[in-house]
Amino acid sequence: MSDAIATAPVPSGAPPLLMVEHLTMRFGGLLAVDDLSFSAADAEITSIIGPNGAGKTTVFNCLTGFYKPTIGRLALTAPHGRFLLEQMEGFRIPQKARVARTFQNIRLFPAMSVLENLIVAQHNKLMRASAFTLAGLVGLPRYGRAERQAIELARYWLDKTELTVQADAPAGSLPYGSQRRLEIARAMCNEPVLLCLDEPAAGLNARESAELNALLLSIKREQQIAILLIEHDMGVVMGISDHIVVLDYGRKISDGTPEEIRSDPAVIKAYLGEEEEAELPPEVAQDLEVRT
Amino acid sequence: MVADAPVATKRFDLLPVFKEAVLAALLTLALTIGLIGFRTLDVGGSLSFTTRFGDVAMACAVVLLGRLGLALTRSGRPEPTLVGSLAAALGLAFLLLTADPESAAGGWLPFDSAIVNWILVFIALGLAVQAGLVLRSQQPAVLASRTQRDALMDRVGAQVQQVALWLGPALLLAAVAMPMMPFADRRLIDIGTLVLTYIMLGWGLNIVVGLAGLLDLGYVAFFAVGAYSYALLAQYYDASFWVCLPFAGLMAASFGLLLGFPVLRLRGDYLAIVTLGFGEIIRIVLLNWWWFTGGPNGIGSIPRPSFFGLPFERARSEADVTFHSVFGLDFSSGHRVMFLYYLILALALITNFFTLRIRKLPIGRAWEALREDETASRALGINPTNTKLTAFAIGAMFGGFGGSFFAARQGFVSPESFTFIESAVILAIVVLGGMGSQVGVVLAAVLLIGVPEFFRELEAFRMLAFGAGMVAIMIWRPRGLLAHREPTVRLHRRRGMWGPP
Repeated sequence: MSDAIATAPVPSGAPPLLMVEHLTMRFGGLLAVDDLSFSAADAEITSIIGPNGAGKTTVFNCLTGFYKPTIGRLALTAPHGRFLLEQMEGFRIPQKARVARTFQNIRLFPAMSVLENLIVAQHNKLMRASAFTLAGLVGLPRYGRAERQAIELARYWLDKTELTVQADAPAGSLPYGSQRRLEIARAMCNEPVLLCLDEPAAGLNARESAELNALLLSIKREQQIAILLIEHDMGVVMGISDHIVVLDYGRKISDGTPEEIRSDPAVIKAYLGEEEEAELPPEVAQDLEVRT
Repeated sequence: MVADAPVATKRFDLLPVFKEAVLAALLTLALTIGLIGFRTLDVGGSLSFTTRFGDVAMACAVVLLGRLGLALTRSGRPEPTLVGSLAAALGLAFLLLTADPESAAGGWLPFDSAIVNWILVFIALGLAVQAGLVLRSQQPAVLASRTQRDALMDRVGAQVQQVALWLGPALLLAAVAMPMMPFADRRLIDIGTLVLTYIMLGWGLNIVVGLAGLLDLGYVAFFAVGAYSYALLAQYYDASFWVCLPFAGLMAASFGLLLGFPVLRLRGDYLAIVTLGFGEIIRIVLLNWWWFTGGPNGIGSIPRPSFFGLPFERARSEADVTFHSVFGLDFSSGHRVMFLYYLILALALITNFFTLRIRKLPIGRAWEALREDETASRALGINPTNTKLTAFAIGAMFGGFGGSFFAARQGFVSPESFTFIESAVILAIVVLGGMGSQVGVVLAAVLLIGVPEFFRELEAFRMLAFGAGMVAIMIWRPRGLLAHREPTVRLHRRRGMWGPP
């Protein structure tokens, strides 16, 4: 256990914002994540990459409470407290620990307007302001003020994601790229300390993914929050990551800066495979030879 | 070849038009020969039958002509349809208004039933209007494709929603003024009360189904809980209506929570089945717990609601303080009927006000978010358990209020009144109106409850028409009559009817 902490790149003194130790997730006979340890620091972008089925999304689902890890500790140390995410109920992780996430296949509230999507993200704050509906029902000014502030925050993120014009349109009517941006804006309206993005560049064209890079960098710079990123688009990953974790078959095979990852032979092997002959079982190789 | 043939000079072929009409008439013949052609009669204990081939022939002729007119309009020749259908409508209407059905002129009427004849008049008028529209726009057909029709209906829905800004108050005014109109007899007010009861239940169920997206097929259970709460409290403790009303709401809300807990993890079909079962459980418990609820005999002589303590009874002496003696009116049994009407109107308005208000509050938005995507709601820190349970409890509470009103109005409750068909009708009102649309519920309740009540003379045919109407709506408006959602909060000023587009 002490080994795992020692290898993680921790600056001396304060613990990193997110510390994942010995995370293991088993579905029946399938070992989706196997003894994974890494950390993510404040105001840094940490990327998790790896081939399909490497267990990246499973890590996210454990972090955001959709799965309970079989083994492992997920510790979040933020100014507002220290949380052990693996012990928290799913909806309390965004509520109390302030971890927000987006989804690989976009999950907006399609019939609700763009603005409403961003207001729903501020649910718990507004619930308190409306005294759990009672103050809101009788129309106390306290709730009106809170709602105006919520709209202001929503407007800030709408401006930032260039969705202000479409604010009153149903979210489901937006084009694909805008829906991706809206999902990030919605997660940011949750006012997180850790933002988990599951393939935000999937399906975007080159211009849109360049805009996404700029958006993520500005979130990191201005909000000083930690971003955890799953991505296949190497342009996005290498361009903006401060720190990359590479998974293959649920195991961590590499961990370091983009430069270190790029030259790591283990990573190249996982992505490009080894030399062909070595991969093929002898009978298949023989079969191939006979045909050619 | 197609491109250089202008639409106006397109060769017109009569043959397919006739073929279509004859086919429709043959189909009508096949359908009606068994259903209308023969009628069983009970003659002196043995079963015999009469034939009504005249009606069958008439039905086929009407379908033949109607389909011919429709096909002509569709193929760009609306003139004969316009003239023919207009003539038919006017002639029929004239005959219906002037001729005695027994006289020679009355023999020209196609059917015996006046209502069926009037329906024919309106169908003919509809054909004429369609033909006229086509003639004016010079398009081959107005509502040619389904997408055009859907787009048109969506625009209509959005416009009605805009109009609802004054349509709501106008409807309210009409509802308030209705009992005082000279034409308002006891029957009309009774139908109004019934329709308002269903409007209130529809609005209550709309919270659960329309806003929170939880398909509830057992809503009548809460209605029953409310009704029996009042009936039992009145029977055992002599409690008055006004004391029981909040209690009935609370009781129903607790039953809502009771139902909510086991179904928290269920969605869609599974949820519907369990709620259906819950509705039946409540009814069967009421039926079998006879030493407490009276079982199938029900509970009778439930005290009628008073006017805030003043009973609606004839003052027997000077000392009797009743409604009419305090207000210096002559005693009339109509006072109670009118009071009940205004009571349910007030209850329905409270439900509506509450729903409109809560939609704009975080809990209402959380309900809608949960309906749209439960996983995403959870990832934003919305507690799905509490949110769903509040929806069940609040929806049930309004069902309970409605139930205690029902008990007070009828003066008698029995498990018979709380069968599954009631849940189905309330759900049909919500779905037909357009989920989540408040004005839609009103329209649907009037259509589903009010219109069949008016057409009681049509006997079994009114259920047939009910079914046909539902099928028509599922084909043309699968999302409900007024399925247009207005955002609860706006960033930009709405582009209203008066503003720039």
